[in-house]
Amino acid sequence: MSWTLIALLLLPLAGSLVVAFLRGNDRTAKLVALAFALAELVIAVLAWVAYDPAGDRLQLTSSVEWIPAFGIHLSFGVDGIALVMIALIAFLVPVVIGGSWADKLPEGRSAGGFFALLLAMETGMVGVFAATDVFVFYVFFEAVLVPMYFLIGRFGGPNRQYAAMKFFLYSLLGGLVMLASVIGVYVAARDKLGSGTFDWATLVTVTKDLPLSTQIWLFLGFFIAFAIKAPLVPLHTWLPDAGAEAPVGAGVLLVGILDKIGTFGFLRYCLPLFPLASQELAPLVLVLAVAGVLYGSLLAVGQTDMKRFVAYTSIAHFGFIALGIFAFSSQAGAGAVLYMVNHGISTGMLFLVVGMVMARGGSRLIQDYGGMAKLTPVLGGLFFVAGLSSLALPGTNSFVSEFLVLIGSFPNQPVFTVLAAIGMVLAALYILWLYQRVFQGPVRGTALVDAVGGPGAALDPERASVPDLNKRELAVLAPLVALILVLGFYPQPVLDVITPSVGATLSEVGVTDPVAQEGK
Amino acid sequence: MTEPVAASGIGSLAWLLLALPAFGATVLLIGGRRTDKWGHLLGCATVLGAFAYGVALFFETIGQTGERTSELHLFDWVPVNALNVEFGLRLDPLSLTFVLLITGVGSLIHIYSIGYMAHEAGRRKFFAYLNLFVAAMLLLVLGDGFVTLYFGWEGVGLASYLLIGWYQYKPEAASAAKKAFLMNRVGDLGLAIAIFILFKELGTTQYADVFARVGELSAAEVTAVTLLLLLGACGKSGQFPLQAWLPDAMAGPTPVSALIHAATMVTAGVYLIARANPIYNASADGRLVVMIIGAVTLIIGCVIGCAYDDFKKVLAYSTVSQIGYMILAVGLGPVGYALGIMHLLTHGFFKAGLFLGAGSVMHGMNDEGNIRRMGGLWRKMPVTFVTWTLGYLALIGFPFLSGYFSKDAIIAAAFSEHGWRGWVFGGAAALGAGITAFYMTRLLFLVFLGKPRWEDLKSEDGRAYHPHESGLTMTVPMILLAVGSVGAGAFFASGNNLANWLSPSLGELQEQHGVLDHNVVNFLVLGLSALGVLVAWLFFGRRAQPVERPERVSFVVRAARNDLYGNALNEALFARPGTWLTRALVFVDNKGVDGLVNGSAALLGGSSGRLRRLQTGFVRSYALSMLLGAIFVLGALLMVRFS
Repeated sequence: MSWTLIALLLLPLAGSLVVAFLRGNDRTAKLVALAFALAELVIAVLAWVAYDPAGDRLQLTSSVEWIPAFGIHLSFGVDGIALVMIALIAFLVPVVIGGSWADKLPEGRSAGGFFALLLAMETGMVGVFAATDVFVFYVFFEAVLVPMYFLIGRFGGPNRQYAAMKFFLYSLLGGLVMLASVIGVYVAARDKLGSGTFDWATLVTVTKDLPLSTQIWLFLGFFIAFAIKAPLVPLHTWLPDAGAEAPVGAGVLLVGILDKIGTFGFLRYCLPLFPLASQELAPLVLVLAVAGVLYGSLLAVGQTDMKRFVAYTSIAHFGFIALGIFAFSSQAGAGAVLYMVNHGISTGMLFLVVGMVMARGGSRLIQDYGGMAKLTPVLGGLFFVAGLSSLALPGTNSFVSEFLVLIGSFPNQPVFTVLAAIGMVLAALYILWLYQRVFQGPVRGTALVDAVGGPGAALDPERASVPDLNKRELAVLAPLVALILVLGFYPQPVLDVITPSVGATLSEVGVTDPVAQEGK
Repeated sequence: MTEPVAASGIGSLAWLLLALPAFGATVLLIGGRRTDKWGHLLGCATVLGAFAYGVALFFETIGQTGERTSELHLFDWVPVNALNVEFGLRLDPLSLTFVLLITGVGSLIHIYSIGYMAHEAGRRKFFAYLNLFVAAMLLLVLGDGFVTLYFGWEGVGLASYLLIGWYQYKPEAASAAKKAFLMNRVGDLGLAIAIFILFKELGTTQYADVFARVGELSAAEVTAVTLLLLLGACGKSGQFPLQAWLPDAMAGPTPVSALIHAATMVTAGVYLIARANPIYNASADGRLVVMIIGAVTLIIGCVIGCAYDDFKKVLAYSTVSQIGYMILAVGLGPVGYALGIMHLLTHGFFKAGLFLGAGSVMHGMNDEGNIRRMGGLWRKMPVTFVTWTLGYLALIGFPFLSGYFSKDAIIAAAFSEHGWRGWVFGGAAALGAGITAFYMTRLLFLVFLGKPRWEDLKSEDGRAYHPHESGLTMTVPMILLAVGSVGAGAFFASGNNLANWLSPSLGELQEQHGVLDHNVVNFLVLGLSALGVLVAWLFFGRRAQPVERPERVSFVVRAARNDLYGNALNEALFARPGTWLTRALVFVDNKGVDGLVNGSAALLGGSSGRLRRLQTGFVRSYALSMLLGAIFVLGALLMVRFS
């Protein structure tokens, strides 16, 4: 019985309750929220240290009986994949709190409510990745919708009601389809073992023997839910709306973490529970994945709204992740998991810098900007760094994961890999073109032109009303930049945690690496 | 192929080569304005330090006997089961030669930039980018595997992007930077896929293992790899059909054009093919394509070079053309690898010198680049004139200067091929030499000789021209490069010095006797070059030139002025259809896909009216959804029971 994961679950929840009662005092609420988030980060580091990559499939486990009639246990545990995702959550939440520190909230909303919801989300997200009982997973999968629904619906942009409801309905419908499959595997286990169970490790041994047709139906139930979450084309249209209307901080968690529940679900549930169906349906998923890469990239090129732009780049990136998962090699799989982490860092940063641009220019539209690097060179530079990570330049974190996904997918799926690799060129196009329009060229846009004192005027620092980054903003972005570079040059510590779990997942599917290791 | 040993002696400190300039770049970028006072000095010091270390390492390696090839393992970069991408350095004659070129020419251009960029507000940032470039370029040539090469490859692309876009508030500079990065990424795609094939078939991407096991690849695989690597080379080196970005890249400051877009980065494609010589040796088809690309590009480059009136763009197309020669040379295989590298080195000297001379002229002429607004400048800028002219003579192959040895050797090697290949490739290369003499002489007459045409004119910003010689930080590097332009070729060629030194990396330089003998070629090229000079004198030296370019010109000239319609073709084939595709997809996504999915969701809810009602009451809608879910559950249960 390990208490680490339980602490990780309960601490943000406690923080959320405390912060919720500090409504009157925004500053105290923020400080308390940050304190809880940092404490969570410390525990996550301890969990990382305690985890043994060469050890059991699931570690740091704990289990309490919940509903005996259906064999449901509140059981938790992590493999390497869940561990890195929980570490990412614990890292991003304090960053998001710092990034949302000075957000202008809609009329009548208190900061306490906002930060309480963020912490509640953290508990929900940790629960999704830590649950080892399929029913508990389902509960967290649905529960995490609630705080996000309120974050978007209460604190979002002008069109927030529509976006929040769209987000909620998509996820809910997906979840219900999944519930059917969850009950399906329970029934299958009852038929085979005599008593039903939702325990993941037990179910894996049961469902893999189901006939292919049954596996396909059950697989699809999970898959649809995850494909909406991840999101894969054509189930993606909720994301640009939700991403655009969500407040920046919630957007970071939405794209950085919540969407990864989908890709995590592929790895933890679709593959090990239904190995035959996974292999049978892999070509279909690969088509969706590659379509996502190309379609998402082309749409990102065509966006006029910066936040929608970030959402579409994510759709392209999720295509890469799905490709890596369903290409069935340890390099591609490890690359996909690393991609999940890296995408959280780089797209999180991209969301944050877009928010910082918007806070200065007062508009989401790209056309309202131009030549901004002249006014805010540091913001321009850090925006560029986030962009480089997004286009997977070597030396940044994302290169390692994108490279691993592609080189690992190539032996099994050369055609899909080459098609997806075209996304590399498109990524350079959408990132650099956005950067050019917002930061380069002559100064444009009402807010910016006012700041320099009229169109074509020389920059006068005395009257510039568009300030460069302040200390808080720098402190928020600095850890992201540091991780981008460190993981770009030395990803080995993370890969060491990921690789054995990916290997275990692939052997549960029953596939072996196309390129065998020599001498081992 | 030589098996590398572990690096020892001062070789074990080779990481300093990367660390020094990388350190400079980091300090300057993070330090910001605080480093304004001394930033340029730090930038120069780190590269000079790397050069000093490079020289020491070079002499230690010369002192060794045997294969002179060692590797320095730094750390495992991307290890996942069968794949182990190491981060390590390969120290052998080929990489050390490049280290000296990059840090040597790099140091000169850093020093030159102190003067050239003196009036720029963000000069330290410029030096940060230059340092970044040197670090990335050194990684490119020192990396011990294809993935570390790729790292440096994209790294120099980044530095190139930043420096082309130095004047980023000018829309054309920003666009040129983006264009360069994008066209390079198309090439990088080829390089990446080549790496994927190597991993699939051989399970490794490290040079030592790949080269030792080339024989395990099938003929089709080898050819595929050679062609994909060539695509990468075309992107980076501005070769047909990816040449269009290089002339636009002249939007960057002139020292950048000299260092990155003439002497070092754009020659990376030649390095790649030479480095991968064990793979190219295994595919005659692959090498034939390389030769064709080289020959086509060298002709395209010098034809367009004849038509431009922009000083730097003429030199840029000249670079495209000269790299065409190098690509042709390495395409020849064992008879050409070392010759390609020799021309790369001499070209590094004289083309960097020509660019710095151009920069010196423009610096003294209110940043004017139009050669029709120049003339007679030799009086005003004697040092620039003399050093530039020496570079000019070296480029057109004046006897016993650098280009005479390196370029003629390539032409002779092309003629030493048998049958139609000898005639076609040798003929193209010789013809190119004649045209090169023509367009370079045209530059000489229009810029330095003839009557001054600038005296009554004003530059765009309304100032009169007061051409003057540049300061010492600019002239000294020009003089040193001129010395190299004069003497390097003779030094490299005498007793096959360079080819012998490079043989552990490239194999022995072989000779063959094809359609024309070396001496015949020698006279032929001299004759063609003299003819080119003569024709240029007839057109541009003998009579006074107009300030405005003549518009009533033949179709050929018009085509050349339009880059032989390369950009128009790109526009029609990629840019415009791409724009339409993107717009159509955005429309479809907003209306079609979204509507479809929302519509089916509404259908599930009963009607679109109910969907709207879903949005009004949270609890009721949840209940309805639960009902829906229950139906699914029931369905699934039945499915499981009866299947």
